Amino acid sequence: MADSEIRYLQPINIEVKKEKYCRFKKMGIEYIDYKDYKFLLKFINEQGKILPRRVTGTSNKFQKRVSVAVKRGRHIAVLPYVADMLK
Amino acid sequence: MNTRYETVFILTPVLSDDQVKEAVTAVHDFLKKNGANVKHSEDWGLKKLAYPIQKKSTGFYQLVEYEAQGDFIAKFELEMKRDERIMRFLTVKMNKHHIDFAEKRRDQIPQRENQAARAKS
Repeated sequence: MADSEIRYLQPINIEVKKEKYCRFKKMGIEYIDYKDYKFLLKFINEQGKILPRRVTGTSNKFQKRVSVAVKRGRHIAVLPYVADMLK
Repeated sequence: MNTRYETVFILTPVLSDDQVKEAVTAVHDFLKKNGANVKHSEDWGLKKLAYPIQKKSTGFYQLVEYEAQGDFIAKFELEMKRDERIMRFLTVKMNKHHIDFAEKRRDQIPQRENQAARAKS
């Protein structure tokens, strides 16, 4: 019985590594507008926090611009500072 | 060499329509009087705020884009701080990417308007 190979209940799926890319470099966007909150919603999570680069895959240069834009959006009450189930 | 600035300010919702117009013209006159030429101004009307400001949950949003000297901004912000009708304001210096983004956005506004008109009709 010892050498019976281990059987899984269901086949283990290897997480295929989706290659992350910086959407700003790819689409050639140069300026991130702090007023258009629909676009900025993609960069904050349900509680209104700014998503980290490892999740969104944006480059360092544009992550800084995104965080500046989100903070400005929060100042003019276009984005919340703290939210629950924002989406 | 005057640089390009963009200011968004929010007026309290308590104001009636003509008070809102009066507040906006007051800002525009202050800009003209001090030698800033207004390039473009937008009125987003009454919008819901993401969090209450001064116990109010809506506000009249105004955007004004102008060219001015650097030292004018301190005077302008002091003026806005004094005006109780303005709940909040944000002045941003515009770099070249921001400027051509704003110009592109300005050309889209008529298209968006007649899209909305077409949708309504």
